[in-house]
Amino acid sequence: MSDLLNVKDLRAGIEGKEILRGINLTVRPGEVHAIMGPNGSGKSTLSGVLAGDPRFTVTGGTATLGGTDLLALSPEDRSHEGLFLSFQYPVEIPGVTMVNFMRAAVNAKRKYLGQEPLSAGDFLKMMRQKRAIVELDNKLASRSVNEGFSGGEKKRNEIFQMAVLEPRLSILDETDSGLDIDALRIVAGGVNKLRSESNATIVITHYQRLLDYIRPDFVHILYKGRIVHSGGPELALELEEKGYDWIKERIDNDEQA
Amino acid sequence: MEQENENRKIIDDAASSEYKYGFSTDIDTDIIPRGLSEEVVRLISAKKGEPQWLLDFRLEAYRHWRTLTMPRWAHLRIPEIDFQDISYYAAPRTKAAPGSLDEVDPQLLDTFNRLGIPLQEQKALAGMAVDAVMDSVSVKTTHREKLAELGIIFCSLSEAVRDYPDLVRRYLGRVVGYRDNFFAALNSAVFSDGSFVYIPKGVRCPMELSTYFRINAAGTGQFERTLIVADDDSYVSYLEGCTAPMRDENQLHAAIVEIIVEDRAEVKYSTVQNWYAGDDEGRGGVFNFVTKRGLCRGDYSKLSWTQVETGSAITWKYPSCILAGEGAVGEFYSVAVTNRRQQADTGTKMIHIGSNTRSTIVSKGISAGRSENSYRGLVKVAPAASGVRNYTQCDSLLLGSECGAHTFPYIDVANDTAVVEHEATTSKISDDQIFYCNQRGIPTEEAVALIVNGYAREVMNKLPMEFAVEAQKLLAITLEGSVG
Repeated sequence: MSDLLNVKDLRAGIEGKEILRGINLTVRPGEVHAIMGPNGSGKSTLSGVLAGDPRFTVTGGTATLGGTDLLALSPEDRSHEGLFLSFQYPVEIPGVTMVNFMRAAVNAKRKYLGQEPLSAGDFLKMMRQKRAIVELDNKLASRSVNEGFSGGEKKRNEIFQMAVLEPRLSILDETDSGLDIDALRIVAGGVNKLRSESNATIVITHYQRLLDYIRPDFVHILYKGRIVHSGGPELALELEEKGYDWIKERIDNDEQA
Repeated sequence: MEQENENRKIIDDAASSEYKYGFSTDIDTDIIPRGLSEEVVRLISAKKGEPQWLLDFRLEAYRHWRTLTMPRWAHLRIPEIDFQDISYYAAPRTKAAPGSLDEVDPQLLDTFNRLGIPLQEQKALAGMAVDAVMDSVSVKTTHREKLAELGIIFCSLSEAVRDYPDLVRRYLGRVVGYRDNFFAALNSAVFSDGSFVYIPKGVRCPMELSTYFRINAAGTGQFERTLIVADDDSYVSYLEGCTAPMRDENQLHAAIVEIIVEDRAEVKYSTVQNWYAGDDEGRGGVFNFVTKRGLCRGDYSKLSWTQVETGSAITWKYPSCILAGEGAVGEFYSVAVTNRRQQADTGTKMIHIGSNTRSTIVSKGISAGRSENSYRGLVKVAPAASGVRNYTQCDSLLLGSECGAHTFPYIDVANDTAVVEHEATTSKISDDQIFYCNQRGIPTEEAVALIVNGYAREVMNKLPMEFAVEAQKLLAITLEGSVG
């Protein structure tokens, strides 16, 4: 099967400081990849760079989504091409209702794809169906984007948006941070319901905990801006047990050698 | 980085979409020579066939005006205005007071159709009666017969002077006297037309009343005057819209709105002001100096001002409430957007004279480009007014780094039972908010419009439905940037 995401020797940084130092990663449809690593290893930078966060500057390498050069596209066109980022810290937009926000998002995508805007009735019906996936109630539509949401609600709201936009590739950036066990179960349940043979998910996480609920096919360890080790789901358990020190030591020793 | 620069660019020079009302109508206009003198005041009065008392009113105002100088206290850079270089009366040359639509010049109808204001009754907006004022005179008032059945008077001020002289004489100048300020004196001397509304006791006006103002002729000023009287237990919602052609020269607009609200009556006054704002370099545009004030004379009367100010090169206006009756309520909801080189100094005055009077002020300023946007407000509580409450919320949103937002709140309380609250915030649209929208597929320009409309939502929600959608679009257009 052809690759969905293909990242080759990707280098990027912020304000002249290189953070990603040659990332290689291939994701095929239907797969779930977990990217783990200690703090400061570049996990959030990787998700930001793939989504086109303007704070980061790409200094080398390539990234394609379904064969399209991702790095040449604006953030909104990356979204239209099917890339979704669940933010670690979802942003509040006071006064902008979720219904207006999502309608703008959906219709922007439809315009990109050359489709007519969705009617108000059809749109509301879709919102109803999708919010059920993450157990958000009917007040959601009239609430301002993330404003006054609890930590758990914010993350559920991210997965709700993912359900509406039906991306080919979802990147969940530390979606488990700040979640209690019930919220974690709802969020993970939502992600699992949205999994299919044609889409793929990258789960960025610090802890093994989330991976009990979203079972990955592959686990990668990111350290100092490189993927230094890859394995199956058992690798996550090993990290949980042994921590990151053994990996750090091995890499730091290699660098010194 | 490139994207970030792009975003900056869009926000920074958020500018220059076509002003779609910038056309002018080539119509035969009766226009008097430029300049202002006692003869000109007499000429205007004579052209309108006015009674002696009104001519005397004008002349007194004119003589007082001559003793005044332009006020300079606002946070505005106002170029020298040559008041002798303005024509004080311009009227589309038509037959006297068109009785039916057939008598209205088709070109005039076309002008208002292009502005989205259909004057044909059968096409007229459902639930809205319109008085259309072009340059100095009222062109046509719709739905008049239907309103008359309820005893509601809605006509041009000129007609009111002719048909209801006692009513006009009783109220004209009672709330905004000619001695009030420089521009009020000027208006009182040369006002040409405007709307008159009278809602009788116990009547709820079944439709929105609307006046649409249009400056067309070059080198003219517009000086309209609106008078609204809501008798006991009545209700009316009134809308005002304004546009002008794009011209290199500045055009002067100095209007007066007076409102009288009797016992338990309620008036809701909404404005969407979209006068031509001038070009990127600040050439042209309307100078908008307006005095709007309501007297809540009756007990438990209520006056609510809602304004969306997007146009004009200079805006100077403070729609105010004098809360004289026991338990009277005053409200002021404002969105003022400035872009390019626009300047706005706007706000309100809430004068609490009666006991247990309440007022709410919500002001949302949005500054972009190289504009200056000021809120100026006064909350005054008289010594005898006990149990007064005021809540003021005053927010500023800055788009870009070359614009200014200023707040000048004055609080003057002479009764210690008053509770007066003031909250203020200043914010920017953050890069995080833009990127969040972008990631969801919403382009930056649309994201800015969405965020700004969200910021202004509390005020927009106060507008009547028919206006709210227009006002939302207007906000987006005013801040539209040329992408790429």
